[in-house]
Amino acid sequence: MTDNLLILPIFAHLLTAILLIFAWSHINLQRVISLFGHFMALVLSLHLFSKTWKAGILTMQAGGWKAPFGITFVSDTFSATFVVLTAIAGLAVGIFSTVSVTKARMQFGYFAISHFLMMGLNGAFLTGDIFNLYVWFEIVIISSFVLMTLAGKKPQMEGAIKYVAMNMLASTVFLTAIAILYGLTGTLNMADLSLKVAQIEKKELVSVTSLLFFVGFGIKSAVFPLYFWLPSSYHTPPSAIAATFGGLLTKMGVYAMMRTFTLVFVPDAFTQHVLIACAILTLFTGAMGALNKTSIRRMFSYLIICHIGFMIGGLGLHTHVALAAVVFYLIHDIIVKTNLFLATGIIHKIRGSTDIRRLGGLYEEYPKLSLLMAIIFFSMVGIPPLSGFWPKIGLFQSSLDQRSYILLAAFILASFFTLYIIAKMWSEVFWKDLPKRPEETNEFTELPFFKQTLLIVPVVGLALVSLYIGLGAENIMIISNRIATNMIDTGYYLDAVLNK
Amino acid sequence: MEYLLIFLIGLLYSSGIYLMLRKSMVKLLLGLILLGNGANILIFLMGDIAKGQPPIIPRDASIFTQMYADPVPQSLILTAIVISFGLQSFAIILLKRVYQMTKSDNLDTLNTHEIDI
Repeated sequence: MTDNLLILPIFAHLLTAILLIFAWSHINLQRVISLFGHFMALVLSLHLFSKTWKAGILTMQAGGWKAPFGITFVSDTFSATFVVLTAIAGLAVGIFSTVSVTKARMQFGYFAISHFLMMGLNGAFLTGDIFNLYVWFEIVIISSFVLMTLAGKKPQMEGAIKYVAMNMLASTVFLTAIAILYGLTGTLNMADLSLKVAQIEKKELVSVTSLLFFVGFGIKSAVFPLYFWLPSSYHTPPSAIAATFGGLLTKMGVYAMMRTFTLVFVPDAFTQHVLIACAILTLFTGAMGALNKTSIRRMFSYLIICHIGFMIGGLGLHTHVALAAVVFYLIHDIIVKTNLFLATGIIHKIRGSTDIRRLGGLYEEYPKLSLLMAIIFFSMVGIPPLSGFWPKIGLFQSSLDQRSYILLAAFILASFFTLYIIAKMWSEVFWKDLPKRPEETNEFTELPFFKQTLLIVPVVGLALVSLYIGLGAENIMIISNRIATNMIDTGYYLDAVLNK
Repeated sequence: MEYLLIFLIGLLYSSGIYLMLRKSMVKLLLGLILLGNGANILIFLMGDIAKGQPPIIPRDASIFTQMYADPVPQSLILTAIVISFGLQSFAIILLKRVYQMTKSDNLDTLNTHEIDI
């Protein structure tokens, strides 16, 4: 069904960003416009989701050029779900950053750039053209470069060099893969690619190209041998920016990987082995890396990597149950990881540090806030009935069915390590007595009540969303089952895009 | 023509990767630029070079009957060049800022530890 509505979430962010540029020096005006933009994007994306849910798949052919010749925008349940999640996380970060981001950053266009980033994410989720996906990726990474370095000091700049270099390399690898794929098939539309790639007789060439895509997306989503840039850069920017990066940017890489490896390349045995091996090593190295970190933000950066392993492993198994579980995990992970970094931001505001050796006694001083944060941590660990628990059942079950016992062991061990790391962090940060420090600054209590509320509200909101994902799991399961069905049987997507 | 391009692509990719593996930040950037140019020429090569052929269907025909030039690779390269131009100019400014802060071109010096932000 053709519908121009599906471009609206992208436009909402674009217009907001342009308006924000005109309000360059008026910070309060920028705060209001930005919040309004995020709110509009949420409303539009919810509308898009409900419409997509009813109609199945919505498509839009840019300029009226029929697929596969023009650029197609497609909103199936997978895309629409991600657009909604981006809007929820974006609104939460938007509210949080009105208070937490420094004036210097706001004066240099923090809000405008963050809306360009959101626009790029929405575009990447909604496009149905692989070169257009590359362009959206570039919009996202250039915005993230600016956000990371904006008004930055030495640590941000040092982290940025690694981040910029690896992401530029990833884009080049992605572009190389597109070039070879275009040479093999002569098309760029993902639905058309799906048909043409299946007809290629030299399967080795297809495998090599698919692995180039894996490397390109793997760098962005921080898979095992390619993740080293993440822990050395994600702990440097301010919490609001780190929340956007940790919650959404790596997941964009996973989204792109899931699209290409279900629609364009159906993994053969070899690719499945590569994916599963990478997943196992990602789970282990992520968990091990988090063990000996003393800064909680570094710890959480490694946990991001560890949990990417769950998604790649599920993609490698490539059964209906596993794919449904991966989609569920992605939905849960975007909300929880965003919230995790926002909560860290509040801890940093209270104590002026994120180093566990200098933290402690939070539970005594802020019992309600601590319980709120406990919800986030328990959701991430996956204590039933919270949100992290449900996708793991599916992953365990299908790795048993597929007889990948090492992957199963890795899943279980990674879950245990996550539990251990969170338990250790909890006792150090919340239960331990506060170590004596000469300078005692609590920026949080110095803030007026209104600003404190603005910091707490997004964390509460996201915690409620993750509670809903956990307690209303059957609704999320219906969504993820439908997405997985469309991934296994791509015919529906192809019919909708190519109008057959 | 194709053979020349193949050698050029190989040269650009290999020298790009070699430069990226060095310790200097400037060489890292140069390596990235060379890799990007290699990728652009690769798109050009993969899009089947047809010399002196039109990309337009003749007025009295409804399909191509002979060799034709594919205009898509050119437009892809144009897009990629513009994007990489933006990225590279950003990276150059970033390098300059980092150099001003660290007074060093060595990538190994970029590890100031655990300053809270």
